[in-house]
Amino acid sequence: MGSMKDSKPTDMTNQKLQELIGSWFPNPEAKSIPDVIVEDVIEEGSDKKPTAETIINPSLLEFSEEGSQFLNIFVQPEQLHTLMSELKKNKETYFDYLFCLSGVDWGTELGVVYHLESTTFRHTVVVKVKTADRENPTFDSVYDIWATAEFHEREVFDFFGIKFNNHPNLKRLFLTEEWEGFPLRKDYVDEINMVIK
Amino acid sequence: MDTTTIETNFRSEEYFINMGPQHPATHGVLRLLLTIDGEIIKKVEPDLGYIHRSIEKMCERDTYQQIVHLTDRMDYLSSNINNEAVCLTVENALELEVPDRVKVIRTIIGELTRISSHCLWWGVMGMDVGALTTYFYGFRDRELINDIFEETCGARLTMNYNVPGGLMFDIHPNFVKRTKDFIAHFKTKLPEYDKLLTHNVIFQKRTKGIGILTKEDAISFGASGPVGRASGYSCDVRKHHPYSALDKVKFQEALKTEGDTYARYLVRIQEMWESLSIIEQLIDNIPEGEYRVATNAVIKLPKGEFYQRVETARGELGVYIISDGVKSPYRLKFRSPGFSNLSLLNHIAVGGKIGDLVATMATLDLVIPDIDR
Repeated sequence: MGSMKDSKPTDMTNQKLQELIGSWFPNPEAKSIPDVIVEDVIEEGSDKKPTAETIINPSLLEFSEEGSQFLNIFVQPEQLHTLMSELKKNKETYFDYLFCLSGVDWGTELGVVYHLESTTFRHTVVVKVKTADRENPTFDSVYDIWATAEFHEREVFDFFGIKFNNHPNLKRLFLTEEWEGFPLRKDYVDEINMVIK
Repeated sequence: MDTTTIETNFRSEEYFINMGPQHPATHGVLRLLLTIDGEIIKKVEPDLGYIHRSIEKMCERDTYQQIVHLTDRMDYLSSNINNEAVCLTVENALELEVPDRVKVIRTIIGELTRISSHCLWWGVMGMDVGALTTYFYGFRDRELINDIFEETCGARLTMNYNVPGGLMFDIHPNFVKRTKDFIAHFKTKLPEYDKLLTHNVIFQKRTKGIGILTKEDAISFGASGPVGRASGYSCDVRKHHPYSALDKVKFQEALKTEGDTYARYLVRIQEMWESLSIIEQLIDNIPEGEYRVATNAVIKLPKGEFYQRVETARGELGVYIISDGVKSPYRLKFRSPGFSNLSLLNHIAVGGKIGDLVATMATLDLVIPDIDR
């Protein structure tokens, strides 16, 4: 599947990438949980309690190569910016080229897909972030890591209504300011302009 | 009135002017909001969407064969390469191996498209900086390519010659001869381009050292195509992720390190020579065989995600399809080269003079439908 001819001068396989990137975000539940951390969580008054999972992932990130020609990384919105800046800065990954940034409406969840390539090693990963909050979906902006994200994030905001924290100029890009709704969402209805087959 | 009051009356002040959407140098409906102080540009903010047609939303209700038609209307100067990008994505997803004949013809026509696009760019680039003659030279040679296209598939611009599985028709019996005639003709004309414009002192003074983009910024802004390569950034998709018959040909990636407007100009001139060389390597060796493999009348891609990168005349075009197994994509994203290249205009134009903005913009080679989609 996909173009198998892609050149990879590096010996960094997807497996090695997964081990390396996964080790940046160790899952505290995978080891014996230090009591201090659990107490901290409860003391902060958060209503989230650590949930028991059937399979404990050694990393807080999830990885998958199923149904895609690239290695996919699923990340929680809180860790997005930390992960992205490490992917760019780390000497072994050095993903300096964000070649595609797309908004996606997965039905119940809204999210953003980042396609990253390293111009030094020529390896590629896809980072995906999702949120179930359709009223006020918000992620951290990555424009300070890759300048191209400024325009791409505006496009995603325009079509999906996803907001980006710390974005310098977050307003509609293609549509007018008065436009109502976000056309690329699956639940968008426009009886005048849309021809539905 | 004493001198102090006069001085305070002549205070320097930033002001705003509107460039476009009907400005001749924007080559389409692009509006730029310029903040300037005297002649110096302080900020360039593009206002997009004048020809936004929501092609991505339309794709979600169309079949894959229909989507190919829409891609003609994005970057209309690279229409054949856009068509090819969607066809390659569908073929890869279906694990469909197209005949070698198809691959070679696609590559030849793709490179002809690139020359045709660069001819038009060269003509209007000259016109933008005040050399009207180049416009007629560029269009004269471009017509010859359009004639070949017309004979091949009936269309001169929005070709729609590729279909998932191959080509819509076989090439015309005259195709090989006319293409060779064009190569012979164009090899005598390209040196004229250099004489007329490249070595022109006024032109060089207007382009050298203007609109400089460093390699780091080029990568960060997602620059691709000649814009990236003029900054020394090796970003040719044909080299790094070859498709169709591009892995069988030898060519040099046009690279410059200056990163200024003149370097972007030179990269495109060199690319025309390289494209001629690619066509020459293939034109006598078009393999015999089928021009199309049969696909189902209704194409359904398997569940999953598919990404294809191609090099259009403007840079890297990406087609990202998320399929849930039905006749239309669940989501289709076009990563357009012009969109990313436009995003760096503010970065390279700020601090320069407003008169140079037109020259800088000309070497970004923007096609507005490609940006708006």
